Amino acid sequence: MPNHWSAKTPQPSPDLSTGLIGWLRTNLFSSPSNTLLTIVGVAILYVTIPSFISWALINATWFGDSRAVCDEAAANGQTGACWAFINVRMGVFTYGFYPEMERWRINVMVLILAFNLTPILASTIFKNNSRQALLGLLGIALTFFIVGPVGSILMGAYFFLPLAFSTLSKIDTIVAPIGADARAIGFRLLGALLIGGGVYFITHSLISREIAATVGILMSFLMLCLVLIRSLSTMGWRWIMLFSAFPVLCFYMLLGGVLGLPPVETHFWGGLFLTLVVAGTGMATALPIGILLALGRRSELPVIKVVCISFIELVRGVPLVSVLFMASVMFPLFLPENVTFNKLLRALIGIAFFYAAYMAEVIRGGLQGIPKGQYEAAKALGWPYWKMMTVVILPQTLRLVIPGLANNFLSLLKDTTLVAVIGLLDLLGIAKAAMADSEWLGFTKESYVFAAIVFWVLCFAISRYSVHLEKKYHTSYH
Amino acid sequence: MSKTVNNSEAKPDDNFIVMSNVNKWFGDFHVLKDINISVGKGEKLVICGPSGSGKSTLIRCINRLETHQKGDIFVDGIELTNDVKHIDQVRRDVGMLFQNFNLFPHMTVLENLTVSPMWIRKMPLKEARELAFHYLERVKIPQLANKYPSQCSGGQQQRVAIARCLCMSPKVMLFDEPTSALDPEMIKEVLDVMIDLANSGMTMICVTHEMGFARTVADRVVFMDEGEIVEENDPESFFNNPQYDRTVFFLSQIISH
Ligand SMILES: Nc1ncnc2c1ncn2[C@@H]1O[C@H](COP(=O)(O)OP(=O)(O)OP(=O)(O)O)[C@@H](O)[C@H]1O
Ligand SMILES: [Mg+2]
Repeated sequence: MPNHWSAKTPQPSPDLSTGLIGWLRTNLFSSPSNTLLTIVGVAILYVTIPSFISWALINATWFGDSRAVCDEAAANGQTGACWAFINVRMGVFTYGFYPEMERWRINVMVLILAFNLTPILASTIFKNNSRQALLGLLGIALTFFIVGPVGSILMGAYFFLPLAFSTLSKIDTIVAPIGADARAIGFRLLGALLIGGGVYFITHSLISREIAATVGILMSFLMLCLVLIRSLSTMGWRWIMLFSAFPVLCFYMLLGGVLGLPPVETHFWGGLFLTLVVAGTGMATALPIGILLALGRRSELPVIKVVCISFIELVRGVPLVSVLFMASVMFPLFLPENVTFNKLLRALIGIAFFYAAYMAEVIRGGLQGIPKGQYEAAKALGWPYWKMMTVVILPQTLRLVIPGLANNFLSLLKDTTLVAVIGLLDLLGIAKAAMADSEWLGFTKESYVFAAIVFWVLCFAISRYSVHLEKKYHTSYH
Repeated sequence: MSKTVNNSEAKPDDNFIVMSNVNKWFGDFHVLKDINISVGKGEKLVICGPSGSGKSTLIRCINRLETHQKGDIFVDGIELTNDVKHIDQVRRDVGMLFQNFNLFPHMTVLENLTVSPMWIRKMPLKEARELAFHYLERVKIPQLANKYPSQCSGGQQQRVAIARCLCMSPKVMLFDEPTSALDPEMIKEVLDVMIDLANSGMTMICVTHEMGFARTVADRVVFMDEGEIVEENDPESFFNNPQYDRTVFFLSQIISH
């Protein structure tokens, strides 16, 4: 008869950590050279940190409306930073030369963007629509207090439209079942176009001629999405709106010239606002273009492949500054005399394509990390190329390349400062311009430190968010 | 080249899949040499042979994961050519299982099952879920619906893959060594599901080294070597009375293993 066997009971692993002393010993003083490094490091910190803190915080002058306050403080031996200088200029640092009376328009758009990005970025928290609705009400209230009734109406309309659309798209008679039936699809297309046309005529005759065409087209587009895409979630609609309705709204609100809004040319734009415009559009356009370039580079069609490879290699071979110069100086030479092309727009296009080339390479790296089996399984199940790419392959790829993309986003954000070379004044440009103010000579440090802090906060936020995304997707399937 | 075969000629019920004189090369390497096989509706074909003999390549030609350079392949009367429409039509009828499962790792088990019917067949979410649970019950793992593939054992993953395939209601299923990446203890659970499928009347082509499975399920066994079909027979005769010394040698290798 065989002997009985039973597994040993598991033992707890021995505890090797020994509190603070143990941590210090293993991490800071593990060898003579490490001890030396630790001592030198502490010494450097001891010399720099306290003096910076006393300059920036303890001995600083915070309030006041002229340099007299700071000069007085300096005379009294309080030789710290003069933050009053920044305070006085806060408006210019934030909005550039955008007319003071019109700044509410920027505020509305920033609020709308913030409140609509929140559910997208924190999608796990705002999964259900009632929480989103709550957030929307908060947004409307906040906008009402900060900006006023017009702003809060815009906020409400923009925020709740995706909720309405996602509810509509679940009604079977509107979308499902689409069926392969060409006539059914034809009717839906026709319906969408008719609604767009109706909106066009109503806008044209009742509200404003200038915006009618755009609003009509936008409406048709949204209707097409509604009738052709099956049960799209609220998040899906927020993405669609972000790339269609939001730019249109921004265009009219920020540039003005319609609906009684005074026009504000782009050469009045500047400061943090301009930085966000350039970085935001850069990020939103470079990533999709980058994805297309990466797919094109791996395409089996030789023409597409060659075009994508040459574009990527060309762009990667030149510095961004020269791309911007090209965009502002060379590009107009190729256009007919009377065609003028906005300088900001040219910079935006330059940056978008420049970073698209870099992102394309990051994404291509990710695509190479997807096992061949994934493509084969999808093909065997009958997935056609584009659907397979968007639903099966790219979601996996993008998760793989989060660190690389975050890197590109960060350097894009910081490279917006290069628009200075073509005469656009972003946050750093405004900070530099402020130093030249004859009334406030000598406050260079404050300007630079302020700009640095703002950039650091933005970059740190992006970096933390990318870490959050990495963790989120890591725990979900590895 | 005619696009669809005349019914009287192909008799789709008897000859659901027809390969005639199929040849394929990888560069200069001749992988498939004059392959002639026909598989009837409901038939179970087992393909075996040594490593590198071209078994995978052969069945991958049937759903055009590989292209053949000479000869004709018909599936349900549709000829496989470069015509994308034909390929789509064939892939609609043919399901495939892989050695390493190839589930979509970023989706839960349930999403793996519902995503294809919803995106390819335009099935509403509710219906797709019902279908998914139906097949998860059938492969006996409904409790895993909300797990990710990486949280499932190999045997469970392969059963999910079978359910995913069934959700697209294929008429034929191709198996490329579905159990060879599995631990012995898990092989049985997958084979049980496959036997259950076979009993339900599914047309199946299996590349496998599980000779017990071949004996119980197969209608015919095909032995391949060096890109050729060496021997083709019913399992009884194939195992008890092989005609070629190459087959005898192969069988002795497998059994001693
Ligand atoms: N994409 C490819 N390019 C070049 N040669 C290939 C390719 N795929 C397979 N081969 C070769 O073709 C031959 C047949 O491969 P196949 O995968 O069909 O063999 P198999 O019978 O399935 O073997 P196994 O039992 O190891 O899976 C092998 O010699 C292999 O090296
Ligand atoms: Mg193989």
